[in-house]
Amino acid sequence: MNSKRKERPVYRLAGDTGLSVEFGEAIDPDINKKVRTMAAAVKNRKPDGIIEIIPTYRSLLFIYDPVRIKPKHLMALIEDLESTIDTVGEKDVPLIEIPVCYGGEFGPDMDNVKASSNLDSEEVIRLHSQPEYPIYMVGFTPGFAFLGGLNEKLFTPRLKTPRLVVPAGSVGIANNQTGMYPIDSPGGWQIIGRTPLTLFAPQRKKPFLYKAGDKIKFIPISQDQFEQIKKEENM
Amino acid sequence: MAAIKIIAPGGYSTIQDRGRFGFQNMGVPLSGVVDHFAFDVANMLVGNPDNTPVMELTIMGPSIEILKKMDIALTGAKMGITVNKTPVEQWRSLRVNPGDMISMGQVQSGCRAYLAVSGGFDVPEVMGSFSTYAGAKIGGFKGRPIRAKDVLKTGEVPLLKTERVLPQKEVPIYPTHVTLRAVPGPQDDYFDAGIHTLFTSEYMVTAKADRMGYRLMGERIPIREGMPKSIISEPSIPGSIQIPPDEQPIILLVEQTVGGYAKIATIISSDLGRVAQTTPGDMLRFEKIHLETAHSLIYEEKDKLERIKKHFTAQQSKF
Repeated sequence: MNSKRKERPVYRLAGDTGLSVEFGEAIDPDINKKVRTMAAAVKNRKPDGIIEIIPTYRSLLFIYDPVRIKPKHLMALIEDLESTIDTVGEKDVPLIEIPVCYGGEFGPDMDNVKASSNLDSEEVIRLHSQPEYPIYMVGFTPGFAFLGGLNEKLFTPRLKTPRLVVPAGSVGIANNQTGMYPIDSPGGWQIIGRTPLTLFAPQRKKPFLYKAGDKIKFIPISQDQFEQIKKEENM
Repeated sequence: MAAIKIIAPGGYSTIQDRGRFGFQNMGVPLSGVVDHFAFDVANMLVGNPDNTPVMELTIMGPSIEILKKMDIALTGAKMGITVNKTPVEQWRSLRVNPGDMISMGQVQSGCRAYLAVSGGFDVPEVMGSFSTYAGAKIGGFKGRPIRAKDVLKTGEVPLLKTERVLPQKEVPIYPTHVTLRAVPGPQDDYFDAGIHTLFTSEYMVTAKADRMGYRLMGERIPIREGMPKSIISEPSIPGSIQIPPDEQPIILLVEQTVGGYAKIATIISSDLGRVAQTTPGDMLRFEKIHLETAHSLIYEEKDKLERIKKHFTAQQSKF
């Protein structure tokens, strides 16, 4: 038996309006896929009284209106769908390309990552822009994607002193994770580059460029290309 | 049209409605008012539809100049409201006229007050809500708390035909010692003796208390021997009682999305407003209740609001 996968999902009460369903106890692509396929399957059934469906690494949180749905009915629905989700394959996973201008003023911590990895910046950029990173979950700030699959040569500890403001668009590394800052926010990640794309645009028809389950690929660009895309973004 | 000019902004005053739904999976927190009862009654008092945006005031109220004739109501924390320096009551409608100066002071009891105006505050809708989420500079008035010299607009609606007053017996009191009801979980299995500690000791609200969360201080609540000190990051809901490494509980509120610490219990939704009305130094106790009891309390809360709503419509039809 695969030890990282449980026989049955574990249900946890989150107060009188929340039900959390755990599919395992690890950060693992298969468990995460189960979470997301179950989220989609429940959403598809459009049950009355479900207010939010929030997929995360290994658990799925439902926020419900207890006047309209009882948790036992929600659990029954999940049990009912459970037999179907393993067989549902993920077809056509969207691959989102994120242009990134690495190093220089946009990547103030490139030297830290070079020192920690013993690589030159060309190699850091190559290794960072090579993978198609799966998005395990989105949270912390609007549009902040938790990505899996960073090359372990690039693992770099967080900054000792977090910055009070990391500019929106910054791309960074923290230990075994890599990610992007969609809004100006405090943060301790090692910043190695910046994307000219607006990752969170509340007034845009689609405020976000990606969702959990999509894949991200970083495309290295020059400073000139950065300025050009930025100009187009602001038009 | 321009309705209110801010003379002094008060402690932390933001435009809020019930919250921004449907984007928590994208890291956008619920936001919205923290005390739903005071919010709902404020709108009823000025004849607004449900979920009309109001101004949430914290600890210290603003001073404002009225620019157009309208009805206003102040509910929630007691802030000693005056109209042209004459003290007036809260939890009732007030007809105000251009040139009137309204002043709200330091809280005398409670923490958050709600200012409703006829037609509601006219601010742009952002992702389905009027609520301010200052962390991402979105919603409400320019995505931020109000400042001196801001001029706010309100919707155009007919004014009340008769004034509205909440019956005294329905007006909540905000004591400094509060017992909050909670359902154990989602990670109650991470604790053993800590569960007993949580439900039998008293915790003080510290100065670190805002719309994101309330940090408490009291008996330490250690994680059970052999359990990990943190969990794989997952979302929280308002009312979650999270235990970080310093073993002092934090009540998470409406501007929080994901976290990596175990949550020992969750305050029931009917008691969240009572958390919102506590201030640093207040003492909290927790009472364990069953999920079914919590759900029946939600019905009671709904019935209470229905009763108040009927009271106002009956009052109206008498004239």
